Amino acid sequence: MCPEHIIELMHQYLDEEIDPEKEQILREHLRSCKECEIIFNELKKTVAFVKSISNMQAPADFTAHVLARLPKEKKKVLAARLLRNHPFLSAASLFVVLMMGSLFSTWSQDREFSVTNQKNLVVKNNTVIVPKGEVVKGDVVVRNGKLKIEGEIQGDVTVIHGEKYLASAGHVTGQIDEVNEVFDWIWYQMKKSAKEVTGFFEQ
Amino acid sequence: MDAIIKKRIKQVIKGDQDAFGEIVEIYKNSVYQLCFRMLGNSHEAEDIAQETFLRAYVNIKSFNQDLKFSTWLFRIATNLCIDRLRKKKPDYYLDAEVAGSEGLTMYSQIPSDTPLPETELESLELQEIVQKEILKLPEKYRSAIVLKYIEDLSLNEISEILELPLGTVKTRIHRGREALRQQLRYV
Ligand SMILES: [Zn+2]
Repeated sequence: MCPEHIIELMHQYLDEEIDPEKEQILREHLRSCKECEIIFNELKKTVAFVKSISNMQAPADFTAHVLARLPKEKKKVLAARLLRNHPFLSAASLFVVLMMGSLFSTWSQDREFSVTNQKNLVVKNNTVIVPKGEVVKGDVVVRNGKLKIEGEIQGDVTVIHGEKYLASAGHVTGQIDEVNEVFDWIWYQMKKSAKEVTGFFEQ
Repeated sequence: MDAIIKKRIKQVIKGDQDAFGEIVEIYKNSVYQLCFRMLGNSHEAEDIAQETFLRAYVNIKSFNQDLKFSTWLFRIATNLCIDRLRKKKPDYYLDAEVAGSEGLTMYSQIPSDTPLPETELESLELQEIVQKEILKLPEKYRSAIVLKYIEDLSLNEISEILELPLGTVKTRIHRGREALRQQLRYV
C-alpha cells in the first residue's frame, strides 16, 4: 500500500499548489508505482470530464422573467420617467406636491420608533425581527427602525425611515416598500389617502 | 467590467430596474448553470436562479462593495440551492454524518467499485453521466466542486463564497474529486 501522502500530493498538484520538491517526489513515485499512476490519471480524467460539461445557457426570456418578479419600481424613478414622457403631468404633479406640502412637516417630526402589532414579531431595541420558521400574517409597517425578515410575512411590508434585510430563508408574499425620502413619504401618504391617483401613476 | 457593475449597482440603488436588467444579462448564464448543476433539474434551476437575482435586488443596499459582486451573487445562489436541497431531503441522506466518524459520510461507505451498468452507459451522454455523478455528491462537496470546475473559480473565491476557511474548501474539493474518480473511472 502506498503512503497516503502521495494521494495528498496528487491533490496539491491538481490544485496547482504543489511546490517543486514535492512535485519531484510525486513524479518519481509515479514512475515506479503503477497503482498510483492509474489513480493519478483517473483523477486528471475526472477533472477533465467535469470541466467539459461547463457550458450552459440560461433559458430564453430569463431576464424578462426576473424583471417581472421584481417589486414595483421605486416611485421616484417611475415618476421621473413618467414626467419625462408626459410633460403635461408636471403641472398636475406640482399641484399635488403643493397640496401635500403640509406633509413635509409631519415627515420631519415623526421620528418615533413604531411597528404594527402582530403575532410572532420580535422587537429588540429598534429592530423588528421575523424569526426563522415563523409566519406573520398581515401587512407590516415599521417606522424609524430596522426590519429583519428571516421567516415569512404574508402581506405587504412598508419600512419608513429605516432599513430592511431579507435573509435567504426569509419570504414576503406581498409588496415591499421603503420610504426614506420626502418624495417617497408624500407618495406613501397619497397611496394611503387616494387610491385612484396611485392607480393612475402605477399603470 | 467591475467599473460597469459598480455603476449599475448605484443606478439600481436609486431604483432603476433597467440597470438591474443589465446585471442579470451579465450573470444569468453562470448563476443558472450553478443552480442546474446543484439541483439537477432545469425547472428548479430556473426558479432558484430567478430567486437569486430577486434577493440580490431586494438586498442590494447590504451588498458590501469590497466584495466582488459575483462572489456575493454566487453566495446567495449557493445558499438558496442548499436550502432547496434540504427541503427535499429525506430523513437519511448521503451526506448525513455517520455517528462517531467525523468527516466520514454514508457516501464514503457505499461500495465504490460499482460502475454504471453497461446499457445505462451507452444510453447516456457523457454530460449526463457526469451530471448524475455530481448530483450524487453530498451537497457540501458538490458546491465546492461545481464552483471550482463548472464556474472555474479560484480556491480563494470559493472560500469567500462559502464563507469557509481555505483549508476546509480544499478538503471538500479533494473528497469530491476522489468520490467522482471512483464513480467515473470506468467511463
Ligand atoms: Zn504508489
